[in-house]
Amino acid sequence: MTFKKFSESFYSKLNFKLSNFNLALVLLSLFFCIPLIIICGSLFFPAKDVWTHLFDTVLVDYIFNSFALLIGVGFFSLILGVIPAWLISMYKFPMSRYLEWAILLPMSMPAYIIAYSYTGAFDAAGPVQETIRELTGWGYHDYWFPEVRSLGGAMAMLSFVLYPYIYLLTRASFTEQSVCVLEVSRTLGCNSVDAFRRVALPLARPAIIVGLSLVLMETLADYGTVQYFGVSAFTTGIFRTWFGMDNSLVAAQLSAVLLLFVAVFLYLERRSRTQLAFHHTSSRYSPLLKQKLIGTHAFFAFVVCFIPLLLGFIIPASFLFDWAISAYSGVFNKDFYILLLNTLMLAFVTALLALVVALFLGYTNRNSYSFINKFLVRFVSMGYAIPGTVIAVGVLIPFAWFDSRLDDFLKLHFNISSGLLISGTLFILVFAYLVRFLTIPINIVEAALGKIKPEMDEIAKTNGLSHINIVKRIHMPIMRGSLLTALLLVFVDVLKELPATLILRPFNFNTLAVRTFELANEERLADAAIPALAIVLAGIIPVIMISNSISRSRPGYE
Amino acid sequence: MNNAIEIRELSLSIEDRSILNNISFNLGEIDIACLLGPSGCGKTSLLRCIAGFEKPNKGEVLIKGVITSNPNHYIPVEERNIGMVFQDYVLFPHMCVSENIIFGLKNLQQKRIKQRLDELIELLDLGDQINKFPHQLSGGQQQRVALARAMAPRPGVLLLDEPFASLDIELREQLAHELRSILKQDGITTIMVTHNQLEAFAMADVIGVMRDGKLRQWDTAFNLYHIPKTLDVADFVGEGVFISGEVINNKEVKTDIGNIKGYVPDNLTKGEKVRVLIRPDDILHDDDSEITAVVISKAFRGAEFLYTLEMKNGLHVQSLVPSHHDHPINEPIGIKLEIDHLVIFAD
Repeated sequence: MTFKKFSESFYSKLNFKLSNFNLALVLLSLFFCIPLIIICGSLFFPAKDVWTHLFDTVLVDYIFNSFALLIGVGFFSLILGVIPAWLISMYKFPMSRYLEWAILLPMSMPAYIIAYSYTGAFDAAGPVQETIRELTGWGYHDYWFPEVRSLGGAMAMLSFVLYPYIYLLTRASFTEQSVCVLEVSRTLGCNSVDAFRRVALPLARPAIIVGLSLVLMETLADYGTVQYFGVSAFTTGIFRTWFGMDNSLVAAQLSAVLLLFVAVFLYLERRSRTQLAFHHTSSRYSPLLKQKLIGTHAFFAFVVCFIPLLLGFIIPASFLFDWAISAYSGVFNKDFYILLLNTLMLAFVTALLALVVALFLGYTNRNSYSFINKFLVRFVSMGYAIPGTVIAVGVLIPFAWFDSRLDDFLKLHFNISSGLLISGTLFILVFAYLVRFLTIPINIVEAALGKIKPEMDEIAKTNGLSHINIVKRIHMPIMRGSLLTALLLVFVDVLKELPATLILRPFNFNTLAVRTFELANEERLADAAIPALAIVLAGIIPVIMISNSISRSRPGYE
Repeated sequence: MNNAIEIRELSLSIEDRSILNNISFNLGEIDIACLLGPSGCGKTSLLRCIAGFEKPNKGEVLIKGVITSNPNHYIPVEERNIGMVFQDYVLFPHMCVSENIIFGLKNLQQKRIKQRLDELIELLDLGDQINKFPHQLSGGQQQRVALARAMAPRPGVLLLDEPFASLDIELREQLAHELRSILKQDGITTIMVTHNQLEAFAMADVIGVMRDGKLRQWDTAFNLYHIPKTLDVADFVGEGVFISGEVINNKEVKTDIGNIKGYVPDNLTKGEKVRVLIRPDDILHDDDSEITAVVISKAFRGAEFLYTLEMKNGLHVQSLVPSHHDHPINEPIGIKLEIDHLVIFAD
C-alpha cells in the first residue's frame, strides 16, 4: 500500500468516526473547564465562620482597595489612552509618526516590573530623592514626596502599563470610522471640537468600553504590584487565605467573588464588541487627511502624547537598564543560565501544546455544526479573563485532592506512596497556563481557518489532492503566519506570568518572572533588573507585531 | 438672475500632481448640474473644492456671490452652508433616523426643528423609518436619510458624490428621476458627481463633462450628445464610432459610407481630413437599401439590438435596430444613413 493510499484510508476512517472527534473535543474542553467548575462549585460549601471572621477583619479592605484600584486605574488609563489616540489620529505634529507606535511600548512592561523600578527610583533611598536632598540640603523628613508603595502608587503603576489597550482600540475606532462621518458633520456646521464631541467620541464609545473592560480585568488580575506595594486587594487576599490561613475552600470562594467582578467586565466587553459591528459607517476606505499642527499647538500635542510613553516605558526602562549595567558582572552565572533555559523551555512547550490543542479544537469545530461544540470552545477561550491567582487555586485543589486520594489508595492496597504525583510537577503549571492562555491560539486559529473557504478544499479535491496534502499545501501556507503569531504570543505571556507560576511551580523550579519577583522582594532591585529587562525585551515582540498588523490592515495608511 | 455657484479659473494640485486645471462655470439658482467623467478625472476633487475640503491653488469659488475659496481667503467647511451626500451616505450609526436628519439644525426653536423634520419625512417618504437605526435600513432608505440630513439646514448648495453608486443598477434611473423632482420641489441648487451618463441625463439641467482635470464641455444633455465640442466628449458621451472623411464645402463632408450634409465649423476648410462621429441611431436598418453591411456581433437590449456591422470597405459601424429584426451573425443587412447632426473634428 502506498503512503498516499494509506493516508487516505486513514483519513476516511477518521472521517467515519467523526463523532469520536466530537467526543474528544467535549472531554478536552471540559478538562480545561475544571478550574472554573471547582471555583464556582466551592460556593456550595458553606464556611460561615471564616467568612464572618474575614468580614470583620480584611474583607472590607479587599473590596475597598480593589474598587479604588478599578476606579483610579480606569480614570487614569482613559486619560492616558483616549487623548493621545485622538491627537495621533487627527493631527500631524513633531514625532507623531514615531509616537504612534512608541506609545504602545508600555504594554511590554508587566506592572510588577514597573512597580519595582519606580520603587527603586523614587522611594526615600532612591536616586531621585537623594538628588533632591543633595541639591537642597534637606533631611529625610523635611519635605513631602509621594509614597510610591501605596494604593495611589499601585493605581499609577497599573495605569502606566495598561492604558495602551484603550489607546489601541480607540485609535482604531477613530481612524476606521470617523473620517467620513467627521467630514459629513463639518458640512452640517460642526467645527472640529463639536465634531469630536458629537460624533467621534460617541462613535468610539463601544471601542473605549472594550479597552476599558480589558484594563479593568487586568487590574483585578494583578498580583505582583499590589503584593509588592502591600495593598490588600482580592488577589493578595486569596494568597493570604490559602497560605496564611491554610484554608483552600475560602480561597476558592474569594476567587469566586473576584470572578463575579470579572464577569461583569467580560459582559461589558462582549456587549460593546457586538455594538462595534453596527458602528461601521462606511464600507469604503477614505484616506486620512491629517491636519498639520504648528507652534504651541504642535508642542502641546507632542507633550501630551509623550507623557504616557515617558511614564510607562522610558523612565522605568532606563532605571532598569542602569541597574542592569551595575549588576551585570554578578548575574551571568550558571544559575542564571539554568533559569533562562527553564523559562524558555517552559514557555516553548506551553506555546506548542496550546497551538496543538487550539488546532484540534479549531479543525473539529470546522467540520461540525454542533452547538455544544461551539459553546464549549467559546467557554474554554474565556480563560484569558480569569486572573492567574484564581486559575492556580482552581487547578491546585482538584489535583492535590486526586494526588492524596491516589496516595491513600496505593498505600492501602500496595503499600506504596505516590506522594504528590501531579500537583508537585510541571504538569499542573503547564495545565494552568493552557487554561489561561488558550484564548489566544483558539481565536487566532479560528480566524485563520475562517479565511480558508470550504470551496478551497473542494477545488483542491477536484485537483486530486489528498486530505493530508490539502492541509500541507493549502491550509498550512495560508495559516503559517497566524500560527507563528499564536505561538509567539503564548510564549511571551508565559514568560511574563507571575501569580499562577508562583503558586504552582515545583519546588526549586524558577522562571524569570518568579526570580525577578523574589529578588525584588528581597530588596535586591539591581539584581532583579536583568531578568526584568529580559522579560521586557520579550514583551516588545508582540508590541511590534501589533503595531505592524495595524499599519498593514489599513490600505491608505501613510 | 444671480448665480448660486461660480467657479473662476480654478486649479488644484496635490503634492505637485495637477488634479484640476483652470475650471470655470456658473450655475443658476435651483438648477441641477452633473459633473460627468471617468474615474480619476477630478470630478470628486472639484466637488470637494466647492465643499471646502480641498483648498485650490488658483482661482475662486463663489457660493451665492460670496467668495469662499481663493488662494488668500478660505471659509471653513462648516461655515459655508452647504449640504453634502457622500457616496456611501455615512449616516451616523449611533443615531436614529430622525436624530440623523436634525443633526445640522442648531440654534433653532424645537417647534421649527420639528416642522422641518416633518416636512422632510413627508417629502422623502420616511414616515415608517424615523425611529430605526442606520443598520436597519436598506440602501435606498439610507440614501434618502442622507439626503434629508443634507437638505435639513436648507443649504445654499447641495453636493452629491456618486449618490447612486451603492445602489442596485435597476434602481438607479428610477431613483434619479425621483431625486430630481424632490430637489426641484425643495428648490435646492445641486451639483452631483457621477460617471454614469444615464444618471446624469436623468438628473441634470446642465452637465459638465470632465477629463484629465479639465472641464471639456458645460452644456445640456442634448447638446453633449448631438453637438459635442471635443473628441473626448463625443467619445465619452453615448455610443458610436469615428470614421474618416474629407471636407467638401461648408455644408458637406465626404466619407467612405457616402456624403453627409450638415453644418461644418468655419475652421475646417475644403480638403481637410476630418473624423466624423457616427452614432448607432444615425444608421438605420433598411431592407431596401443598396448599401449593405455584414453583422459581426450583436447585443440584445430588450426593445432593440445594438448591431456592430462591417461595411464593404472594412469599416465598422454600430446600428440600433428594433429587436424584431433578428439577423444572425455574418448575414449582410441593408442600411441607410440618417444624420441630423453632423459631428466632425479635425483629424
